[in-house]
Amino acid sequence: MEHVKCECGHVNPIGTVLCESCGKPFEENAPALLDMRYEGSARRSQTYNKTIIDKVWNFFSSVKVGVWLIVITLIASAIGTIYPQEMYIPPTVTPAEYYEEQYGWLGKWYYQLGFHDLYGSWWYMLLIALIGVSLVICSLDRVVPLYRALKKQGVTRNEQFLRRQRLFSSSHVDNYEALLPQIKEKLAKHRYHIREENGNILAEKGRFSRWGPYVNHIGLIIFLIGAMLRFVPGMYVDEVFWIREGETKEIPGTNGKYFLKNEKFIFQVYEKEKEKKVFQEAIDRVGSGMMAKNYQTNAVLYERVGPIIPGEKPKLKKVKSFSIRVNEPLKHDHYALYQVDFKLNELSKMSFHLIDKQTNKQFGTITVDLLQPKDEYDLGNGYRVQLLSYFPDFYFDEEGNPATKSKVPNNPAFVFKMITPDRPDGEVSFTAIRQTIEPLGDNKYKMAFAGMETRNVSALTVRRDFTLWILGLGGAIFMIGLIQGMYWNHRRIWIQRINGEVLVAAHTNKNWFGLKKELAKICEGTPLVMPVDQADKGR
Amino acid sequence: MAQLSSTLLYIAFVLYLVATFFFGGAIRDKKAKSGPDRWAMIGIAVTIAGFVAQLGYFVTRWIAAGHAPVSNLFEFTTFFGMMLVGAFIVIYFIYKTSLLGLFTLPIAILVIAYASMFPREISPLIPALQSDWLHIHVTTAAAGEAILAVSFAAGLIYLICVVDQSKASKRTFWLEVILFCLISTLGFVAATTAFRLADYEAKFEWIDKNNQQTEMVYHMPALVGPHEGKLKTEGRMEPLVDMPAIINARKLNTVIWSLFAGAILYGLLRLVLRKRIAAALQPLVKNINLDLVDEISYRSVAIGFPVFTLGALVFAMIWAQIAWTRFWGWDPKEVWALITWLFYAAFLHLRLSKGWHGERSAWLAVIGFAIIMFNLVAVNLVIAGLHSYAGS
Ligand code: HEM
Repeated sequence: MEHVKCECGHVNPIGTVLCESCGKPFEENAPALLDMRYEGSARRSQTYNKTIIDKVWNFFSSVKVGVWLIVITLIASAIGTIYPQEMYIPPTVTPAEYYEEQYGWLGKWYYQLGFHDLYGSWWYMLLIALIGVSLVICSLDRVVPLYRALKKQGVTRNEQFLRRQRLFSSSHVDNYEALLPQIKEKLAKHRYHIREENGNILAEKGRFSRWGPYVNHIGLIIFLIGAMLRFVPGMYVDEVFWIREGETKEIPGTNGKYFLKNEKFIFQVYEKEKEKKVFQEAIDRVGSGMMAKNYQTNAVLYERVGPIIPGEKPKLKKVKSFSIRVNEPLKHDHYALYQVDFKLNELSKMSFHLIDKQTNKQFGTITVDLLQPKDEYDLGNGYRVQLLSYFPDFYFDEEGNPATKSKVPNNPAFVFKMITPDRPDGEVSFTAIRQTIEPLGDNKYKMAFAGMETRNVSALTVRRDFTLWILGLGGAIFMIGLIQGMYWNHRRIWIQRINGEVLVAAHTNKNWFGLKKELAKICEGTPLVMPVDQADKGR
Repeated sequence: MAQLSSTLLYIAFVLYLVATFFFGGAIRDKKAKSGPDRWAMIGIAVTIAGFVAQLGYFVTRWIAAGHAPVSNLFEFTTFFGMMLVGAFIVIYFIYKTSLLGLFTLPIAILVIAYASMFPREISPLIPALQSDWLHIHVTTAAAGEAILAVSFAAGLIYLICVVDQSKASKRTFWLEVILFCLISTLGFVAATTAFRLADYEAKFEWIDKNNQQTEMVYHMPALVGPHEGKLKTEGRMEPLVDMPAIINARKLNTVIWSLFAGAILYGLLRLVLRKRIAAALQPLVKNINLDLVDEISYRSVAIGFPVFTLGALVFAMIWAQIAWTRFWGWDPKEVWALITWLFYAAFLHLRLSKGWHGERSAWLAVIGFAIIMFNLVAVNLVIAGLHSYAGS
């Protein structure tokens, strides 16, 4: 037995609760008010429960399971905000120490349980994936039967179906035939679609809103797929690079195609005198000059012409000049460059005079480019300075030897060899900021600090994200479905004459208040009795 | 202009207070006679006048600053209050229930009063906020939250009506907790204002979590002091206990004072009323049509959820992509917007499929509002992130 035949003649799939056509309840002891969810149609999950596939299907098609998944995700997400996530802690510390140091034993546990990287953890991803699976199965389980039921619904209904609707009334009408046109006109005025069959009426509107949830679920699934594509190589570029003023650099992530020149980095603050009067008080509270106003890199974008030849300087063609600011990224060819960080006044050049310590007489000046120092500087007349060693970011290591922490000239130190006509073998001096060491005994000559130049460094993020349009599409579909389902409702009114009585019944999927108001207007001035809300009876 | 703006806000505040009394009158009036309700008509008219005044505040402040006033905690919270009143006005014209006014307006008043405890001066924008998306995102998010908050007001009415007050139970307890929280907001406003009028100031030197010595100024007597704090101002109260360095002692101190003041207010009310607050409120709501209240609560979620999604998630992501290079960064504020969204999604599913109507749905509406408030208050002040406004 694959099908159930109703007394009205319609053949329904097995598992149907209300006849698709006339709405007659099949269950022996159906409740006083019919359960109109999914129109009483046969859902797979309610009908089959034999194989493993059935069981899995039934599990995921349950809204209860869906809600549990949502609630668990919600709670997990909340736990992730108790302490900062790994990506927000200072990059110089190891997480294992950081959490314990900052937050004590709770922090230690937090770290050990993996909450420090919760949103990237496998089980959080699994939760999201399960929600996705649940969404798909749940929607499929319902949308097909619902579609069938709404498509096949008949105009003439079983009396039981009408009497057991939440809104129902029966009236005595002397001249029903004369009343019909008037009612139809009223229904049409309220923009109902009217179907008529032997003087019975089915007036319906807003059926499309029933598809709202399914549309929004499709949107969500597309969004989730888009989010997952992020892990596919090539879809996604995310790099940070530092670029100094005056420097031209290859933009990472562009495979050598694009180059950027930093012409100038600008950092501005709000200063009391320069701003509008209304801002004075606010600026005073934080302190004048303490509040950032603008971070900006004046950049020029270049594109490489010709093939990449290793070891050769690339030929560049200017694409455009642009001022990259926060909220105003430079966009080109799906790439976007964002202003993310900066460093002011990085040392770029240092100058020294070669002097006689006794007489302070000068024999010339050298200027060391701190990024590309030369090995030797010739001052003429037999005076030369050799740079034996250079420590851009100088410190003493564990053994007390000079060393460098990085290549960034934060704290430069030099070992100079000063070669002069009277000291042809040269004197060695170790020169750092505010200190000079003469390792081989007292020198006659000295490298005296003569000045320095600085420049600003800007940090930019490079992004290219081919998943964005998918996410956008998913989001848009989600919003459309949401609005479709939430701001419209599916309303139906049945009017039918049975045994000299005129029955009026109505159903909506939400906003009963609106439907009642509409019914009141339709019944007004006619012999039809305004349907009563049978749900009120129970109270 | 700035002066005019503050005055308008003040006028709006007073008008909301007046409107509340009229809605209160409308409830009493209904018992006496039927027919068109004078009190309610005046109530809604005054509410609209207040709303217009606040709109005036918003516009004039916008003109004065050159950017929409939604850029700090004071401005955002005030805007939220305004949207709450706006949402109420809309819903009032659909359902015509004065009772909703009696509950929504006080919440809006509390929200605005709470907002004005934070620095109020007009501030220029930091680079991250210099975007039109600031206005678009923040205003829609606030509007969504406000519409959702109406469901809280309706839910509260429902609960006050149905929870059996003849004997103490879990339900009466939690209902009192909700009311106590509302009263504590008043406590916060009262305590802050009182100490501000008294010009209270106590300076502490303390050791922060990076072992740096810094200063902290209290504007309320320190019940809890900062980590290894030393009182520098003479004649001020010594703290009872010191807090560890990771806790912001000043904020905690404010919370304690608020709860303390709230407890006193609550205690006084109980003494005067000689019963639970909810029990005292019950007669006010006993004539209400419960189904209608339930539907209002659900309707506001149905209307508010898409607006919230658009403002707090969609627009937020678009802006984040532009300003912070990524549309989503798991910043606490973002996560709590997601939590709010998930919560209301669960709410809708429970209602639709599990038939959670009436009282259960009302409790859910309360929890939803609690989550929104948590995001507004606690995440801003306690869990610092990219979004934390420079509030004190
Ligand atoms: C975070 C994820 C989800 C969101 C935002 C979402 C959103 C929605 C919305 C807005 C509705 C319409 C509710 C109403 O009209 O009152 C809905 C309906 C529904 N959702 Fe979801 N949903 C989500 C996940 C799920 C999951 C995991 C399931 C599966 C168990 C599910 C199953 C359903 C069902 C069965 C309906 C009712 C459809 C109908 O009766 O026409 N949803 N969903």
